[in-house]
Amino acid sequence: MNPVNYLFLAALLFTIGASGVLLRRNAIVVFMSVELMLNAANLALVTFSRMHGNLDGQIIAFFTMVVAAAEVVVGLAIIVTIFRSRHSASVDDASLMKL
Amino acid sequence: METLIGLLVAAPLLGAAVLLCGGRRLDRTGHWIGTVLAAASFVLAAVLFADMLGRQGDERALHQHVFSWIPVGGFQADVAFRLDQLSMTFVLLITGVGTLIHVYSIGYMEHDERRRRFFGYLNLFLAAMLLLVLADNYLLLYAGWEGVGLASYLLIGFWQHKPSAATAAKKAFIVNRVGDIGLSIAIMIMFATFGTFAFGPVLESVGETGEGTATAIGLMLLLAACGKSAQVPLQSWLGDAMEGPTPVSALIHAATMVTAGVYLIVRSGAVFEAAPAAQTTVTVVGAVTLLFGAIVGCAKDDIKKALAGSTMSQIGYMVLAAGLGPVGYAFAIMHLVTHGFFKAGLFLGAGSVMHGMNDEVDMRRYGGLRKYMPVTFATFGLGYLAIIGFPGLSGFFSKDKIIEAAFAKGGTEGWILGGAALLGAAVTAFYMTRVMLMTFFGEERWRNAPAPSPEQPDVEPAARGEYSVPHPHESPKSMTIPMIVLAFGSVFAGFLFSWGDAFVHWLEPVTGFEHGHPPVSALTVTAATVVALVLGAGLAWAQYGRKPVPAVAPRGSLLTRAARRDLLQDDFNHVVLVKPGEYLTRGLVYLDHKVVDGAVNGTAAAVGGLSGRTRRLQNGYARSYAVSMFGGAAILVAATLLMRAV
Repeated sequence: MNPVNYLFLAALLFTIGASGVLLRRNAIVVFMSVELMLNAANLALVTFSRMHGNLDGQIIAFFTMVVAAAEVVVGLAIIVTIFRSRHSASVDDASLMKL
Repeated sequence: METLIGLLVAAPLLGAAVLLCGGRRLDRTGHWIGTVLAAASFVLAAVLFADMLGRQGDERALHQHVFSWIPVGGFQADVAFRLDQLSMTFVLLITGVGTLIHVYSIGYMEHDERRRRFFGYLNLFLAAMLLLVLADNYLLLYAGWEGVGLASYLLIGFWQHKPSAATAAKKAFIVNRVGDIGLSIAIMIMFATFGTFAFGPVLESVGETGEGTATAIGLMLLLAACGKSAQVPLQSWLGDAMEGPTPVSALIHAATMVTAGVYLIVRSGAVFEAAPAAQTTVTVVGAVTLLFGAIVGCAKDDIKKALAGSTMSQIGYMVLAAGLGPVGYAFAIMHLVTHGFFKAGLFLGAGSVMHGMNDEVDMRRYGGLRKYMPVTFATFGLGYLAIIGFPGLSGFFSKDKIIEAAFAKGGTEGWILGGAALLGAAVTAFYMTRVMLMTFFGEERWRNAPAPSPEQPDVEPAARGEYSVPHPHESPKSMTIPMIVLAFGSVFAGFLFSWGDAFVHWLEPVTGFEHGHPPVSALTVTAATVVALVLGAGLAWAQYGRKPVPAVAPRGSLLTRAARRDLLQDDFNHVVLVKPGEYLTRGLVYLDHKVVDGAVNGTAAAVGGLSGRTRRLQNGYARSYAVSMFGGAAILVAATLLMRAV
């Protein structure tokens, strides 16, 4: 199968993720959309690795997974804390960072 | 002997320092300290005078270098004194009349709780005035010049609880300041031209600098003289200065300080001789002022203001004479000295009348006072005869000489100046006769004093609160004795000075002298003067002696009403100077508010508005931040691709 199709899939996934980040209010869903975007990027990296015949892309994909795992730990912790204090997981309610 | 000169100034200066710093514990003795130190200065002056008489002509001048005041490179200002015949004349006049007026003030200010301070100021004045006439350079003279201005301000405003006195003091100070600018500019020109401002070098070399510079210096000195001596156009302050206590009017605003301008012109004679244009201006100023003051003097009902107009007029005579050059210098100074005697005497007489009349100054509420105050009447009467130039009294000798010298100027100028001086003599006789008749003769109008006339709201009854009929009485000895001494001076000074031209010979080594040659004989001029005096006095008698004087001022002709308002001098100043000044400041304030403040406030508002808009971007919604991130990333990618493609 033509590897370019994987790139299209990656672009599609990234677009879905980006739309989810911009349009959804629930922090958990936004978070999952961010994961989707990360994995779309991973897919693109692995595909390019395969197309160009070197392993750099796969190595970066591993790094991305490690960073994503760490990010999930910190991010979920924050979301849980916010939910506990405000009884809501809506990102629009937590609009404290303004003048 | 030279070392004594500094002591002349030091004695009253010490008195001022002690009295002004001494505090209340000197309240009982303060006036004696002040008087004794003034008298000490007079005794010193007499010793120096005797010493000076022992030498001849050019050797009479003494110099004393006290210390270097400001030695900076080429700028050498010294505190140095020069005592020559001219300064000696002034020193004797200042300390002599000054001492008499100190004595008079002991009685006059007896009931004033601030008497100690009054004597402190008087001593300060004496010190500054002596510094002015003894200085050997223009900068030190300037220091004295400012000193007398300060003393004058303090003394005019001595009764500062009266708003009119406080205003008059400020007015005198500000108008004097205009003249002072002239003196300071003259000193600057001198320094720029000659590199020095000592009398000797400046007056010797001024003839070689060219007429332009000399004219500039001369006109600036004239401006200074106009301010200090109340000459047109800076004369407006003198009438208001009468708000001060009467001894002050006698000492400062009649006998000494206001003659400082004449001293300055005579002392700087060489400057004016090198600048004929400036000299002519001096004579014109003198002639105009002598008529101006005389006309104002005719219309005033306030006895002190009438005398103030007269002072202005008499100083006009002196300035006129000083502008005539060596022909007139000696006579200007001679008139100055005789005027010092009779005008101080007249003012002290006026003070004595006010003292007996509950401080009333309106002559329309006097009348018939001669039998209540015989000494005042006699001394005032002698002063009166002296000022109108009654033959044989001192005013006659000095004024007649000035009129002669004015005619001797020659040509049309001579006729105009001489005619003005002659006319002035007639008007002088008129207004002084008027003062005399209204005060000492006629019916006793003070017995049923009417309410103040609405025509002249400035003539306030000084009797506080309700009207009470005054009880005229003669003043105490401390007041009458100085008046008697001054009356002697008024009678005999002119005769003594003219005996063998003694005064002219005395001043000749300093000021030089030329005999004037009037187009008509001197005898004719004298006869004309006497006729003018008889005419003026007769006219006054016809108006104020033969008919009863109305207790409320009649409306009067247009000229009378203008003269009552100082010939519209204040209105003129108001329209020409005060109003444009107000408009200028209003314009500047408008400019400040609208343009300067506007620029600053506008910038601030613009920055504030911009920040307000920018702040909206920071709305706290995570999703909108994400949009900007995506947007930014998209733009970056698009830009990169675009650059690739190109």
